[in-house]
Amino acid sequence: MAGVASAQSAAAQTLSPQTLWPPPLWLVVAGVIVVALMAYALLAGADFGGGVWDLLASGPRRSAQRELIAHAIGPIWEANHVWLIIVVVLLFSCFPAAFARLAVVLHIPFTLLLIGIVLRGSAFTFRTYDSAHSAVQERWGLLFSIASLFTPILLGVTVGGIVSETVGRAPIGVPGATFVAQYVAPWLTPFAFAVGALALALFAFLAAVYLTVEAGHNRELQEDFRRRALAAAAAVFVTAAVALGAAELTAPRVRDALMFTAWAIPFQLATGVAAVTAIAALLARAYRVARVAAAAQVLLILSGWAICQYPYIVPPTLTLAGAAAPHETLELILIALAVGALLLFPSLGYLFRVFKGQGAAPVTH
Amino acid sequence: MSDLLAARSQMAMSLAFHIIFAVVGIGMPALMVIAERRWLRTGDHHYLELAKRWARGTAILFAVGAVSGTVLSFELGLLWPRFMEFAGPIIGMPFSLEGFAFFTEAIFLGVYLYGWERVRPRAHLAAGVIVAVSGAVSGVFVVIANAWMNTPAGFRMVDGQPMDVHPLRAMMTTATFPETLHMTIAAYAATGLVVAGIHAALLLREPRNAFHRRALLVGLLVGAPAALVQPLSGDISARYVARWQPIKLAAMEADFTTQRGAPLHVGGLPDETRGVTRGAIEIPYGLSLLAFHDPRAVVQGLGDFPRDLWPPVAITHFAFDVMVGLGSLMAIIAAWALVVLARKREPADSRRLLWALTAIAPAGFIAIEAGWTVTEVGRQPWVVYGVMRTADAVTPMPGLIVPFTTFTLLYCFLGATVAWLLYQQVLKSPTAGEDELDPATASQTRSHHAPHNAAHGTSHGTSHNASHGARRSAGDA
Repeated sequence: MAGVASAQSAAAQTLSPQTLWPPPLWLVVAGVIVVALMAYALLAGADFGGGVWDLLASGPRRSAQRELIAHAIGPIWEANHVWLIIVVVLLFSCFPAAFARLAVVLHIPFTLLLIGIVLRGSAFTFRTYDSAHSAVQERWGLLFSIASLFTPILLGVTVGGIVSETVGRAPIGVPGATFVAQYVAPWLTPFAFAVGALALALFAFLAAVYLTVEAGHNRELQEDFRRRALAAAAAVFVTAAVALGAAELTAPRVRDALMFTAWAIPFQLATGVAAVTAIAALLARAYRVARVAAAAQVLLILSGWAICQYPYIVPPTLTLAGAAAPHETLELILIALAVGALLLFPSLGYLFRVFKGQGAAPVTH
Repeated sequence: MSDLLAARSQMAMSLAFHIIFAVVGIGMPALMVIAERRWLRTGDHHYLELAKRWARGTAILFAVGAVSGTVLSFELGLLWPRFMEFAGPIIGMPFSLEGFAFFTEAIFLGVYLYGWERVRPRAHLAAGVIVAVSGAVSGVFVVIANAWMNTPAGFRMVDGQPMDVHPLRAMMTTATFPETLHMTIAAYAATGLVVAGIHAALLLREPRNAFHRRALLVGLLVGAPAALVQPLSGDISARYVARWQPIKLAAMEADFTTQRGAPLHVGGLPDETRGVTRGAIEIPYGLSLLAFHDPRAVVQGLGDFPRDLWPPVAITHFAFDVMVGLGSLMAIIAAWALVVLARKREPADSRRLLWALTAIAPAGFIAIEAGWTVTEVGRQPWVVYGVMRTADAVTPMPGLIVPFTTFTLLYCFLGATVAWLLYQQVLKSPTAGEDELDPATASQTRSHHAPHNAAHGTSHGTSHNASHGARRSAGDA
């Protein structure tokens, strides 16, 4: 347990304010990881949400809804997916002990997550390029949309397991510990699945809000997604309440962090304002405002998670400082990130300008 | 099946699956860009058709390559957490750089696939070039990480922990140059010749088909020069293995005894318990010549090393012979095709060449799989050569046969689907009106493709076209 003790003393050090400025390199990398996760949630999350709405497409404009979704995510989903790769690579390069721990304890949900990612991506592409016969299209569409449904749940489950400390406390290699205790119980918790449901609801909400904008001047299609966005907003509210309730019962540390810390109240207020703004904007049909507010809501929830975990990367055993790679690695990776960003952001800007800029949205009069 | 064997099998299966898509992801954009450039220069619509079909092929293969690559990035930890905990900080650098190359590839592939009418022709071609270059670069970065596993450097071991980590030195190890060179050339040789081979087969049935003639030509332009020079890069690799991984070389050659002027074993059945290789053709002095360019050089046999450090000899030796045999065959047929091209003759007019190209169509991919088998099986029992054993890297989780079986079934399904789609969308001879089957470009195929027209269109004009096309497809629904 020497590792834990030294990790905790490192944690104590990191909490003292004078060591936070200038920020230690591991904190900067951790910040980049959080930003990459935010980008993944806002972009790829919405692509998964699009799959959910493909599954739930209904009414007289059923196939128009599906066309709009495919049109919206087609050119960009591959690039959006890369944010996850960036997170994984940064995790194993810069916090190798945390990566190893998560990979061991969360082997099963990660494997299921991967199957979801594989089926979602390949089924979407197969549908695009397979024959236009409706039976074939429906079959790939079903696979694509079901995979889009369960992948976000698994993402949320892993996050829930980490933040509620069950992953950090898993008795890996402890004599006498059963398989279930080591590899299943840490993530098969009510709280983890509540977070899974919340992730699904958030992604569906984001997607529906984005699609109101993507629908452009097609009022009927826009109304379809407006109704869906409002329903998803309700689902976000319900799943967030359930997650909070589950935290109250099973994850007291999360509850304490979310309710009783100094930053909790302003943070909860800000998230609430974003949520109310998004709903009000949807009601007022101010779709671009709704899009900004919905994105802000998701960013605030993710920041809440990050702050809730700080200074741990795998609470309660591994701190960011304790799990960090050697200084040389962090330094070089940060230089690579800076140079890469110079290449990446103009390219991403170009991609979104070509496909999401003025006049690029599918317009149906 | 032990958990270690299941983990190794899952990793081997995942890599063997992914490498095909990774290789095509490097080679295919090159073909597609050459075809598009020829269309822009000549206005020959067959080349546009080729560029569009190869773009479709690239899209399908890229998607499966991206998801199977994602699986691998997780599997490194899911199966080998202790390896990643140790190696992550040392080889994270090439993986991070690869992340950006992959990002660039994904972004510009999106522009290429969906942007035929949204960006100017030059920008479109440039997007294709960026896809081709970033694909090759990302392959190089991943192979750099593997090179480090063969010739680890850039750190010091103190009490089982890496100290003094220098990620840049870890990127520039002894194996970096020979491995990245050999793999990059292999990607172009395999992709170019498989395309040439498939269209050669189709030309045997339809000798006058202009579409397949052009496809054959572009395939040869990419594949034949690469296949021709590949034996030279193989020679560089062999000499590096002889010097830095003598056990691997001994296993590759099924060479049990150390000798001066060692012969080359071709074929044969290595018997690890007796320490002999039976039934091999021996080429006198061959191994000493190949490994050290000196017929009198001493080559170490497996007998010089402790028994527990031997890699599986038979697999390594057999895989090596397959790689070298197929590589040599490809080089010979590539040389033949290049002679035909140099004489300004149409390769499609020589039925014998068409037969030869058909016969070796899959050879590049088999050789690549065999080559990676040599690299990876030949490195056993180490995951990091001389530093960490594979058995010490594996996850403690039991029951690994379950994920192994699951991923095997999943990949069989994906492989079969991809093969069917490639046949339908890329290889079949074009028929009238077939473009309408392609939803990704359905909105564009109706409008005209003449290059001068597109070139004169302003960006306003193209975006108008695009929204017009989208309106049509949404209206149809």
